[in-house]
Amino acid sequence: MGNIIRSKRFWLVAPAVVYIGFFMAVPLLQMAYVSMLERGDYGGVNWGVFSMDAYISFIFERDLMDNLVVNTDYLQIFARSFGLSAMTTVFALLLGFPTAFYISTQPQSRRNFLIFLVTIPFWTNILVRNYAWMLLLRNGGLIDGALNWMGIETGGLDVLYTPYAVSIGLTYTYLPFMVLPIYASLEKLDHRLVEAAFDLGADKRRAMSRVILPLAAPGIAAGCILVFIPCLGAYVTPELLGGGKFMMIANLIGSQFGAARNWPLGAGLGFVLLALVLISMMVYSFKFKSLPEESR
Amino acid sequence: MKVDASNPLWRFRGITSTAMFFFAYLYLPIVVLIALSFNENRLATIWTGFTMDWYVTALSNDDMLRAAQNSIVIAVSATVLATIAATLAAMGMSRGRFKGEAGVSAMLVLPLLVPEIVTAIATLLFFVALGIKLGLLTVIIAHTVFCIPFAYLPIRARLEGMDPALVEAANDLYANEWKAFRRVTLPLLWPGILSGAMLSFIISLDDFVISYFVGGAGATTLPIYIFGMIRIGITPEVNAVSAMMLIVSILFVSISFLIDRIRY
Repeated sequence: MGNIIRSKRFWLVAPAVVYIGFFMAVPLLQMAYVSMLERGDYGGVNWGVFSMDAYISFIFERDLMDNLVVNTDYLQIFARSFGLSAMTTVFALLLGFPTAFYISTQPQSRRNFLIFLVTIPFWTNILVRNYAWMLLLRNGGLIDGALNWMGIETGGLDVLYTPYAVSIGLTYTYLPFMVLPIYASLEKLDHRLVEAAFDLGADKRRAMSRVILPLAAPGIAAGCILVFIPCLGAYVTPELLGGGKFMMIANLIGSQFGAARNWPLGAGLGFVLLALVLISMMVYSFKFKSLPEESR
Repeated sequence: MKVDASNPLWRFRGITSTAMFFFAYLYLPIVVLIALSFNENRLATIWTGFTMDWYVTALSNDDMLRAAQNSIVIAVSATVLATIAATLAAMGMSRGRFKGEAGVSAMLVLPLLVPEIVTAIATLLFFVALGIKLGLLTVIIAHTVFCIPFAYLPIRARLEGMDPALVEAANDLYANEWKAFRRVTLPLLWPGILSGAMLSFIISLDDFVISYFVGGAGATTLPIYIFGMIRIGITPEVNAVSAMMLIVSILFVSISFLIDRIRY
């Protein structure tokens, strides 16, 4: 009997699992394989010809004498991606925690509505959202215009197509991921603990730092992970708000399949990015056993 | 946390003002974009009057309409495929624990964990290796993959809240498996299925990165078309098309959210 039930369930689960397995897991494995192949002379790859060139060219390049010399171009792009992602995570936390706290102190019916407001932008088109920021940030754009109108001569804001614009756009894009898990942990927080702290003579600062923040720590950690990781793989924001001048990892990967035509390098970089993401997920779930509901 | 918000003890300095700033930051670009799409002036910064002209121009652009048609064909196909697979999977996963459950769960949400650009190039390489010509079909296949978890999660959540005794009662009353599903499970489950399907539909409609790499020349979707327009420059037509996309997404999410609140 148990066997029959199990086999019926097997057939229910099979289509989705087989589909994702065949069209996602297999391509990911194949990508790792392609990263170890030789680059084709006219783009593409030489199937079956192994080479470690992709990983070597990540750090080294050949000079005119055919010697390997260190080339930091790609490393710089990785460093910039990490830097921008870290900055974005900090901004998102500074904005996200107070907002989550504010929502959690509201009456129930209002909370649901506010959480709904937080999630809406996530479902709208990412290109459109970033385009809207172009309208706001460009010279002669809305913010520039408003500053001039208030009598502050900007002489052109010159923010669009800088790392600042990219950071503003990234923060905007991933902010909901910070608020939701923090809200989930604050919502479960027993308010009597905070009141007990007050009764025992703690001032607000102390109640916040010794009671509320420690209890919200798992949500804060989840939020940081959920902002940092997708940031690392951001493609659209640096493309539009950075004007293609401030490449992040994803743009570098993408360009290997466009103008640069170096598929093994693109596949290798993709594999490195994937590994970074999966490792941080694993470290996180190892540290905080169970993820809050929203982040699963 | 159930607190009395009127109690001054719960008022921490800067909390309310930061939250207000947060919501302004979140909605300012959306409001500005929609407002500017009705601006008569070609130079987006100065408001000179209300007009619907840009919408008329955008909607009479054949290339854009073709892109929109591609987007809808892709989104409908991917949604149907993903919702069927996700409904079956959610039902399979809901009946107690089994060996390998963690692995299956991980597989079902794998598309949410892998960065989009990695999915895009891995899928591109896969189709190239198999010698499949890039086009609408390849985009539909790729979209179905990442739509599955978006359909799966709300359906699963709905099933989780359902009383298993109801199906048992149907079985006791001599309903066979199919009949119990059709007459008991499905009527209770449909809000979850519909809400999952609508989320899949928007996620597919909005996708840019994966379509861009897997689509090839023949499958220009609306976001790809918009990307091309933005590359050329900021124009009122882009504002109008973008505003339409925003409104469609917001409408769908709101409906999905309301459906999901329908009680058992």
